[in-house]
Amino acid sequence: MARTPEPPVETVAVEYEEILIIPGEATEIEGSDTGSRAKRRRPSSGVERGGSSNRALIGLGLAAATAGAAFFFARKAGENQNGHYTGPRISDAPDHVLRGKAKEQSANNQDGRALVGRTVTIGKPRQELYAVWREFTRFPEFMDNVRQIEKLDDTRSRWTIEAPMGATVQVVTRIVEDVPGETIAWVSEPESQIETDGRVEFADAPPGRGTYVRLLLRYKPPAGALGRAVAKVMQREPNVQARRDLRRFKQLMETGEIPVNASPSGRKSESPTEARI
Amino acid sequence: MRALTWHGRHDVRVETVPDPEIVNPRDCILKITSTAICGSDLHLYDGYIPTLRAGDVLGHEFMGEVVEVGSKSTLKKGQRVVVPFTISCGDCFFCKKQQFSACDNSNPAETSDASETLMGHAMGAAFGYAHLTGGYAGGQAEYVRVPFSDVGPIVIPDQLEDEKVLFLSDILPTGWMAAENADIEPGDTVAVWGCGPVGLFAIQSAFIMGAHRVIAIDHYPRRLQLAKQMGADVLDYREVEVLEALKEMTGGIGPDAVIDCVGMESHGMAIDNIVDTVKAHTFLATERPHALRQAIIACRKGGRVSIPGVYGGFADKFPLGQVMEKGLTIKTGQTHMQRYLKPLLELIREDKVDTTFLISHREPLEKAAEMYRHWHDEQDTYTKIVLKPEMAKPRTEARQPELATA
Ligand SMILES: NC(=O)c1ccc[n+]([C@@H]2O[C@H](COP(=O)([O-])OP(=O)(O)OC[C@H]3O[C@@H](n4cnc5c(N)ncnc54)[C@H](O)[C@@H]3O)[C@@H](O)[C@H]2O)c1
Ligand SMILES: [Zn+2]
Ligand SMILES: [Zn+2]
Repeated sequence: MARTPEPPVETVAVEYEEILIIPGEATEIEGSDTGSRAKRRRPSSGVERGGSSNRALIGLGLAAATAGAAFFFARKAGENQNGHYTGPRISDAPDHVLRGKAKEQSANNQDGRALVGRTVTIGKPRQELYAVWREFTRFPEFMDNVRQIEKLDDTRSRWTIEAPMGATVQVVTRIVEDVPGETIAWVSEPESQIETDGRVEFADAPPGRGTYVRLLLRYKPPAGALGRAVAKVMQREPNVQARRDLRRFKQLMETGEIPVNASPSGRKSESPTEARI
Repeated sequence: MRALTWHGRHDVRVETVPDPEIVNPRDCILKITSTAICGSDLHLYDGYIPTLRAGDVLGHEFMGEVVEVGSKSTLKKGQRVVVPFTISCGDCFFCKKQQFSACDNSNPAETSDASETLMGHAMGAAFGYAHLTGGYAGGQAEYVRVPFSDVGPIVIPDQLEDEKVLFLSDILPTGWMAAENADIEPGDTVAVWGCGPVGLFAIQSAFIMGAHRVIAIDHYPRRLQLAKQMGADVLDYREVEVLEALKEMTGGIGPDAVIDCVGMESHGMAIDNIVDTVKAHTFLATERPHALRQAIIACRKGGRVSIPGVYGGFADKFPLGQVMEKGLTIKTGQTHMQRYLKPLLELIREDKVDTTFLISHREPLEKAAEMYRHWHDEQDTYTKIVLKPEMAKPRTEARQPELATA
C-alpha cells in the first residue's frame, strides 16, 4: 500500500486507517472519484492513505487547497498500543508545543507557515459539540474576528473576517473532511483573500470528563499592503486568537452564554454593556 | 450610581459611574443594601495586586435586593440575596467537583491570558478584584451586575438582618474553609496567625470543628481581645518570641495545624520581613510571607498548614526543606464559596456561629474612601467596616439605564 518514506516520518497505526505524509513528494490520490481537480499533482507534499471511506474527501481537500498549501493534518488523535485513546497526539501538535528536532520535522510545518491552536476539554458529548461546529454559522458568536459566515452549500461557506484598520477579508472555505462526531477539516478556496486551512477534532476525554476539542489553524496572508497588515496581526495574534475562540466555544457550550466583564467603571469612555479588556 | 473606584496606590474615590445593566441571560442586577471592606481590598489599596486599572469599581463582599433579572436567572425581583465573592458557572468540571473558585468559565476569554501565563492556568473570576480575575465591577456601589446569578447568590429569609448574613459573601466561608483545610482532629492545638476577620472566623470555625485549643497571634490588642472572646489563647508577637512560646504551650511538640490568615503583607520588624519589603517594592518578589514562614517552622512534624491568606506570585525564601523534612501537608486556595453557603446559613439561623461581634463601624457608602484610609491605618480600632449605600445618602439618584453623563 504505502511507500516507505525516506527519511522516515512517524507513522501511527490506527485500527482502521493509516496516513503518511511524505514531505516534498508528489501526490496522486488513488481510488478517488472526486473529479479532475483531485487528480492534480501537488508539488510540495504528498499524502497516501488507505482503507477509509473519507479518502475521497481528503483527496478533494488536497486538491482544493491552493498551490503551496501543504495538507498538514495527517493522523488521527493518539491511541496507545492497547488501542486506548490517550488524547490528542503530540507529534501533530501546534508549533508552540514542539521544540528542537520534533519541531523541524513536524509534518505540519513543512511549508514554513505557523500552525496554531490548542486542545481544550469541554464537558459535553462529542456529537453535540460536533453538531454546533458543523453549522459554521455560529462561529461569529465565539470567534472574535469572524464577523459573518454565509453558507453557500453544504460544504462551502463564505467567511467575513475582520482585518486591521477596519478592513475585512473574505474567505471561502470548503469542508474537506467530515467525520460526524470526530473531525471537520476545511481549506480555503482559491478565490479567498487569505489562504487558510483548519481542522477541529473531537475525541472522548476520560470517562465523565466530556470531550477533548482540538482546533488547528494555518494562515497565509494575502499580498499587498492589506496583506502585510494582516500578516503583522496574524503573526502576533493567531495563537491568542485560537485560544480565546476555543475558550469562548467552551464557555458557550458549557454555560449557554459567553461571560463578559461588561460593568460600570469610572473610565468615561466605557459603556457598562461592553467588555473591558 | 455612586461607587467606590480605585485610582492608584492609596487613592480610592466615591464617584458617579454608569449603572450596570443586564448583559447575559443568567445575570441579575442587585441593589446593594450592605457591603464590607475586606483585608483583600487592602492588598489592592496598597498596590500589591497587578492588573487593576484606574476607574475599577472595588468590593467583593456585598448583599442586596434583586431589582432586575435576565431571562435565565432563577432569582426573582425583590428577593434578598448574599453574593459570594467568586463568580462560578456551576457547569464546568471544577464547579461540578465543588471547586468553585477554580471555575473554568467565569473569567472572560480576553482577561484569561494574563493568569494563564502567570499561574499556568486561567483563574476563576471574582468581583472587584483586578483584571487577572476577570475585571468584573465590584459591589462597593449602589448597584452591581451579578453574572451566573442562578449559581452564586443565596436567598436570605426576611427575619435575618443584613449584618448577620453579610459575611457569607466571603470571610465566614473563608474562615470556615481555612479550618476545614487544617483537618482538625480531637485533641488538636491549632495556631492561627492574624486576628483580622478571616482569622477570627477561622478561630470560631476551628472550635466548632472540635479543636481542643486555638492559639491566636497578632499585635493589635483589640483584635487579640476579640480572639480571646472567641475562646482562643492569644500571643502578641511584640511581647513574645512566637516560635518559643508555641513550643512552650504545646509541650515541645508544636501546633498540630497552623493557619496563615495574614497573607502577602505581613507586618513586623523581623529581619526577613524587612528584606521582603525592600524586595516587594523593587519588584524582586511579590510577597512578604513572614507569617507563613513562621507558621511552617512552628508546625509540628507531620502537621497541616492551611493558607487562606492571599499570595499573588513568587515568594522569596520559602521554607521548602522544612515542609519536606517535617512531612507537612499544605492546603490553600480561594474559598470554594458555594460549597459552604447553605450549611453556614443554617448555622447562622441556629445561632451556632456569631457573625456580628467583629463589626466595629457602620458607615454610608459616601464615606468609603475615608473608611479605606482608617481600615489601612488603624487596624486595631477598625476591625470590620460595613458600608450602607442607603445610609445618609446625600441626594437620591434615580437608577438610570443609560450611560451616566458624569
Ligand atoms: N482565601 C480566600 O478566599 C480569602 C478570602 C478573604 C480574605 N483572604 C485573605 O486573608 C487574609 C486576611 O484577611 P483579613 O480580612 O482578616 O485581613 P486583615 O488585614 O484585617 O487582617 C490581617 C491581620 O494579620 C495581622 N498580622 C500581620 N502580620 C502578622 C504577623 N507577622 N503575625 C501575626 N499576625 C499578623 C494583622 O495585624 C491583621 O490583624 C488576607 O490576605 C486576605 O486577602 C483570603
Ligand atoms: Zn474579602
Ligand atoms: Zn464553573
